[in-house]
Amino acid sequence: MKDEFKPRIIGFLCNWCSYAGADLAGTSRLQYPPSLLPIRVMCSSRVDPLFVISAFLRGADAVLIAGCHPGDCHYQEGNYYARRRFACVRKVFETLGMESDRLRLSWISASEGPRFANVITEYTEKIKKMGPNPAKKNIFL
Amino acid sequence: MSSVLKLSRSAEEGLRELLKFLLEKKRVKAVFTLCKIKKNGTVSYSLITDADMLKDALPLFPLMPQNAGKLLSRLTLKEHLAEPIAAVVRPCELRAFIELVKREQGSLENFIFISTTCPGTYPLEMSVNGDISKKLPEYEEDVKKGNVISDTRPICKACEHFMPYSADMTVALIGEKDIDKNCEIFLNTEKAEKLIEGMDGELVERELETEEVKNLRSKRQEEKRKLFEEINVEGLGLSGLVETFGRCIGCHGCSRVCPICYCVLCDFDSRDYENEPSTYESELKKRGGVRVPPNTVLYHLGRLTHVSVSCVGCGMCTDVCPADIPLSTIFLKVGEEVQKIFNYIPGKDVEEAIPLNKFEKDEFTEVED
Repeated sequence: MKDEFKPRIIGFLCNWCSYAGADLAGTSRLQYPPSLLPIRVMCSSRVDPLFVISAFLRGADAVLIAGCHPGDCHYQEGNYYARRRFACVRKVFETLGMESDRLRLSWISASEGPRFANVITEYTEKIKKMGPNPAKKNIFL
Repeated sequence: MSSVLKLSRSAEEGLRELLKFLLEKKRVKAVFTLCKIKKNGTVSYSLITDADMLKDALPLFPLMPQNAGKLLSRLTLKEHLAEPIAAVVRPCELRAFIELVKREQGSLENFIFISTTCPGTYPLEMSVNGDISKKLPEYEEDVKKGNVISDTRPICKACEHFMPYSADMTVALIGEKDIDKNCEIFLNTEKAEKLIEGMDGELVERELETEEVKNLRSKRQEEKRKLFEEINVEGLGLSGLVETFGRCIGCHGCSRVCPICYCVLCDFDSRDYENEPSTYESELKKRGGVRVPPNTVLYHLGRLTHVSVSCVGCGMCTDVCPADIPLSTIFLKVGEEVQKIFNYIPGKDVEEAIPLNKFEKDEFTEVED
């Protein structure tokens, strides 16, 4: 069991909703796999596609962007832009024959501690099945 | 039906005559067009105010020394034109300029755009030894027949957007049997009709979209299918990308010439993408080896995500790549797929916002959860 694959997921969590949601999951003592490496951003729209690609090529098994539900953005409309940008990055991945399932966009509000724990648990399981990111061992990036 | 100015001389001479008329009658202050540099047929974009100098103008020369969209943006970046300029540009160059205008990198004010139904251009390397001049008779024959022209850029052979979307005047070339005798200039806007008032020539009515044009479109679509199949973009995957971009020498020439890559200070040229020793150490620990210089795939993927939504497929990137990477094929394919999800044709309409700068409240539910 020593060599069991433990996915590493980079998570860009928006300050106002998803990061607070993660906090709530913690203070509620909900259990979820320790696979997420959270990075707090002020808004999901702060995430440049380059951040996602960088994380992916550096060997993250998956990249999660999480923000406020549509309509609830602290800055009114940031998450709508983020969604378009995300759709674009996913399409680029798909068209180049790369695994777009390693990228995920989830809406998690500040009150959704259980949902946060669920998303991480479920996504970790999925990535576990997909196996490690092939970029991890490639030296010619 | 559109009104057409018919001049009884060859297309190139007719166009030159029009430019001369515009300058002499002071309808425009200057003309922006390709000009001969040397006898062997090298051309460069130039601004001309002296009508006599137009004798060296080669407005229809089948070479794109640079994407004019980028040049027009440089002319109008700080301030819009104070006086009218007539610019002879290809459809993809016009589209590129419009994409730049949408990004506030230029202004359309006081421009009169003259474009053509574009038969395609030859690669830059062919401009060195006068090879293009030797090809011209063959080129003209193929233009008349409405053929896909051999030895032109692969991306030109596969281009579907060869009819200008927003030119004031369009010179009909494709499938025109007598371009060596007749020049037919379509007047697409009222502005254009006013400009040519008083010019010798016959005014007629006709359609620009002929059978030959439709045929060429389907021929080009077939070429595009073949081109995509050859590179097999969708089958690349990470290993394919590593292989394709592995020969990149990191000159960043593709971004220099790309009209959509407009940032003055490119992030990729900054020290931020130079690995720290500690990064090398951690990467080596993880991988056991690392390419030097690093971040090549990152650079190209980054450019793809930044540019794809507005890529007009002009082909400059492939033309300047010293490592012969089929960049424009990859960019065109990815660009098309991305543009499809936003239902967007870059450079078609200046009023239409760039997809990433707008949103609908209820959309793309398939990418979120």
